[in-house]
Amino acid sequence: MCLAIPGQIVSMVEGTAHGALVEVVGVRRRVDVSLVEPDGIAPGDWVLIHVGFAMSKIRADEAIDQLRMLSVLGEEEAAKQEARGYFDEESP
Amino acid sequence: MHDTIASPPAIRFRDRQIEMMHGAGGKASRRLIEGLFAPILCGSPAEPLGDAAEVHVNGPPIAITADSFVVSPLAFPGGSIGELAVNGTVNDLAVSGARATALVVTYILEAGLATEVLEREVRAMSRAACAAGVTIAGGDTKVVEHGKADGMYITTAGVGCPIRGVKLSARSARPGDSVLISGPIGDHGITILLARGELDLEADLHSDTRPVINLVEALARAAAPGLRWMRDPTRGGVATTLNEFARDARLSVHLREEAVPVRGEVRGACELLGLDPLHIANEGQFLAIVAPEYADAALEALHGAPGGEEARIIGEVREQPACAVLASMAYGGTRIVDMLVGDPLPRIC
Amino acid sequence: MKFTDEFRQPELIARTADEIRRAADPARHYRLMEVCGGHTHAIYRFGLKDLLPPNIELIHGPGCPVCVLPMGRIDDGLTMAAENDLIFAAFGDMMRVPGTHGSPLEHKARGADIRTVYSPADALKLARANPERQVMFFAIGFETTAPSTALTLMRARAEGIRNFSVFCNHVTIIPAIRAILDSPDMRIDAFIGPGHVSTVIGCRPYEWIARNEGKPIVVSGFEPLDVLQAVVMILRQLQGGEARVENQYRRVVPWEGNRAALQAMAQVFTLRSYFEWRGMGFISQSALALNDAYAEWDAEKRFEVPGIRVTDPKAAQCGEVLKGVLKPAQCKLFGKECTPENPVGSLMVSSEGACAAYYQYEHRKEELISIPA
Repeated sequence: MCLAIPGQIVSMVEGTAHGALVEVVGVRRRVDVSLVEPDGIAPGDWVLIHVGFAMSKIRADEAIDQLRMLSVLGEEEAAKQEARGYFDEESP
Repeated sequence: MHDTIASPPAIRFRDRQIEMMHGAGGKASRRLIEGLFAPILCGSPAEPLGDAAEVHVNGPPIAITADSFVVSPLAFPGGSIGELAVNGTVNDLAVSGARATALVVTYILEAGLATEVLEREVRAMSRAACAAGVTIAGGDTKVVEHGKADGMYITTAGVGCPIRGVKLSARSARPGDSVLISGPIGDHGITILLARGELDLEADLHSDTRPVINLVEALARAAAPGLRWMRDPTRGGVATTLNEFARDARLSVHLREEAVPVRGEVRGACELLGLDPLHIANEGQFLAIVAPEYADAALEALHGAPGGEEARIIGEVREQPACAVLASMAYGGTRIVDMLVGDPLPRIC
Repeated sequence: MKFTDEFRQPELIARTADEIRRAADPARHYRLMEVCGGHTHAIYRFGLKDLLPPNIELIHGPGCPVCVLPMGRIDDGLTMAAENDLIFAAFGDMMRVPGTHGSPLEHKARGADIRTVYSPADALKLARANPERQVMFFAIGFETTAPSTALTLMRARAEGIRNFSVFCNHVTIIPAIRAILDSPDMRIDAFIGPGHVSTVIGCRPYEWIARNEGKPIVVSGFEPLDVLQAVVMILRQLQGGEARVENQYRRVVPWEGNRAALQAMAQVFTLRSYFEWRGMGFISQSALALNDAYAEWDAEKRFEVPGIRVTDPKAAQCGEVLKGVLKPAQCKLFGKECTPENPVGSLMVSSEGACAAYYQYEHRKEELISIPA
């Protein structure tokens, strides 16, 4: 139910109402962008493609945010442990 | 050790009619060959069935093989049916440890086929034969009614000389052996899928069809004593070929997913269509199982030969789980790599 | 950024897996259901279970539109196509699903005109290209796919294409989740929510799960990091005794869903009062049909529907596996009478069916004593 792949809009297709040429790692396909046009789309944008239709615009800022959040996982815990370590060392 | 591992059950062919899946190179194909053809034609062979056989005609052994070529469209980026026919047979012999010397060719032509198309294919075969160093010694032609041959079907049979020092058998493999691939996978199958035009995908891809005999010989020169087994992963892809090996050897293959070379465009097309590159056909690559002490030399030899620059070690042979192929991800997750039943189908789910 | 490899980085995956181990209470056994078949497939494909501690159990839900399609509907579609000489167009997922007299591919081998399409738009293209023939698109899928069928029908209507019809088997996800929660033998602690369905319906439709049933639900993406992060978020809620809807897949899923998609669906579809789900019986208001405005393109109105009902063989336990009561390997037929080559139920054919995924990716792994890194 849900094979949907990120692709990048290369260009709009001339002579079609809602067609865009989208690229996925060098493979290009015409995709219907009716469902994402209301958000405003332009070449360079990334969209999620399912059965030849763009379902959603992909937000790079959210992606970067997510990856950043994951990259500091465990650091809070490590910091706590380090602090605890200092405390233990100081106790007589 | 091998006798403690359960042998796979004998196969019986129970399907009532032949379906497309029986020609796809996967499990259904294997069932047809092992369950119907082999018992009737070969009795119980001592060795598992291979791509070529050795026969004796009053002298040193000759390697012999046959193959058939059915492809639509007939021509595609990177090649055409004529080249596939020559290279396919040359490669079947190469991975069986023999250098092809001569082919015979039969054509089944569809009435209505344009002469210029036929001529183009015959020229392509001639060029491919030259490039592979083989003679086309003869052949036959038949014409069938319009609608019965997709343009043309080609069958070839080839003979060749076994390469000295090379003795191949899946049963000679041992845990710890390295698994090598000669180059990136999936190019041919995806090119054909895109060339059919039904999926509306475009990519800068072409078939990898080529003779691999020079690479095989380079490998043999560097590593013959440690070279256990080879095969070309055509229909059914690397997954099917390695599963066949695992079954025949009664061992396991563990692949490292990130080590398997796949071009970006092939990956992209597979992601879009929900396909696995390991199941896609190749026409210019081969797999080799090599003893660990020869693995580096083997890889270096391939890298040093023209066309072998992208060869990689992609995994190793292990004991368990016997008769299965596993792939592990860089982060530690593993999955089974199974043979497909029939042709890979695009999916949306 | 390519939005795939970045979410498969080994370093980040290791970190997230560590966080899961830290967040999971070793005294507790967690039962998390991934609703969507796409998640089942991803979990097996990426070997994600190997990264979870043993006290986190993943239960496969019924979100596989091919798996829940009753065999009778496949028979109906193939019969209608045969009796009316139709071009039968469907996604690749459908092609090997067994009907009573064979799968669509087997029918094709016997001469039926069966075509695989990647998009409903391609089915419409077939109709344009073959004006003397009738094309019937066998539509399946949850709310992820329904808007595309809707847009295609709107296009057919706008262009006056009359030789096109849709045999609609779209189903909706909320009633399926409700059926799971209502099931007496279920005990689920939290849900991994369907990421791509949610691009259409948004996250609001799940609020009752948290509010009324007290279960956390985290809408998740499909890359390894997505699923693992969703598990972290679920564990944190469970530790804190919370039950909320959260959106892990924020780069793709808008909280309010896709209005254009919902509007297209409203324009074309109506909710059926009830629909049969394989293995789960009749569920009310769980499936879509074409509404009166689109009656002309409704295959069920244009052609006579046989209305075939097929009961699954008693030994097949598809229903229990679909509801997560049984694991695939616990079904008596698994791996013996029911294999990918000879599938008894559609869970073994559909690439995201729990049985196929388990068979394809997993079932021999148990034989490994240990998996060296």
